[in-house]
Amino acid sequence: MCLAIPGKLIKKDGDKGIVDYDGARVEVRLELVDAEVGDYVIVHTGFAIEKLTEEDALESIALWKKIMEMDG
Amino acid sequence: MNKDRLNDPHAIKLLSRRAHELSSSFDEVKLMHVCGTHEHSIVESGLRALLPENVRLVSGPGCPVCITPKEDIEKMIHLADKGLTVTTFGDMMNIPSDSGSLSDAKSRGGDVRIVYGIANSLALAAKGKEVVHFGIGFETTVPTSSVALMSGQENFSILSVHRTIPEAMEFLLESDIKVDGFIDPGHVSSIIGVGVYRPLSEKYGVPQVVAGFEPGDIMLSVVMLLEQLHDGRAVVENEYARAVRENGNTKAISMMEETFEHYDAKWRALPTIPNSGLRIRKGYSEMDALKRHEDLLGDFEYVPRKEESGCRCADMLLGNCSPEDCPLYRGICSPDNPVGPCMVSIEGTCNIAYKYGQ
Repeated sequence: MCLAIPGKLIKKDGDKGIVDYDGARVEVRLELVDAEVGDYVIVHTGFAIEKLTEEDALESIALWKKIMEMDG
Repeated sequence: MNKDRLNDPHAIKLLSRRAHELSSSFDEVKLMHVCGTHEHSIVESGLRALLPENVRLVSGPGCPVCITPKEDIEKMIHLADKGLTVTTFGDMMNIPSDSGSLSDAKSRGGDVRIVYGIANSLALAAKGKEVVHFGIGFETTVPTSSVALMSGQENFSILSVHRTIPEAMEFLLESDIKVDGFIDPGHVSSIIGVGVYRPLSEKYGVPQVVAGFEPGDIMLSVVMLLEQLHDGRAVVENEYARAVRENGNTKAISMMEETFEHYDAKWRALPTIPNSGLRIRKGYSEMDALKRHEDLLGDFEYVPRKEESGCRCADMLLGNCSPEDCPLYRGICSPDNPVGPCMVSIEGTCNIAYKYGQ
């Protein structure tokens, strides 16, 4: 249950937002972080729990992609 | 940090070589992680095969589903049987207690629902159902329960079996289990920060590294621990700086403190661990299932029975044995017919080992 992967916040409306995982878009809650559109966040059970710096987030996403490609 | 460092085979090879160099100065080293996702990553990537023979990487009590006491599962089943809507994370559904599982309660007509997160439970309550959410998990999940409590949602309560990691680590260090170094859990640490682990290193002289979840993160963390042991240092280092800050997520911490207080709590298959449980504070008792549904729980009775004969889940949670050491593993115990929680949960050490053919 601790799978938490980084995604990009692309929409924010109060405490709700949309996070983009390379195309897949998921609704998240934002009560636990001060995140703005464009920030990369780690999401756990539907809540953003921490922000990442963009450079580092891209790094994680590149790895995620790689793992996905290996899987496919 | 070098952007390409993680998971690059050449980098991993270099790290493995360094681990072997360092290992020649030790007899035997036991490193423990306390996170189901770390175990998953280690087994999936075959990382243990890259470690020196005298460096053992063991799994501690890091699976929240596995350590949830049977008594609490039975309370949730009891509430479902009484007609309440019960919500739970998916891998809790089939965990056996002495009176069956939540899945059994659903089969006999109980309204038991799997949710992805507590927000789904709040939405159900908003539609008018009386909802009880099974609040399991460590500090990564606790703040999401805090958000729910602070929302003031009507018809909603939480049965909290939340537990905290640093207290469990201290319990292990106080016991006779020898741990030479800890790999601290990444996303628990995103919430609680790096600083909270320092007293443990100072008091017990144990090195720690907060680690991310890529195989490269874990391999690097192992080497960082071996370097500390080699140099005779015992400090807390942060390998996962991209997601973990010194003081953690202060907003989440203050919400946790607002809504929960520590108490001495039982862990399944382990003794009571001082201060390791989180219960809902009085100010939020309207949303504490134990108080809100006190009347329905009035005739609840828990009769403790012995853990399943032969099952070594308790030793597994203490890092004292591997799945292959258990006489039931791959015999009568498999994911299709699990005997203990370590085989049921997708984060359980036995389930992970079985899935990857070990």
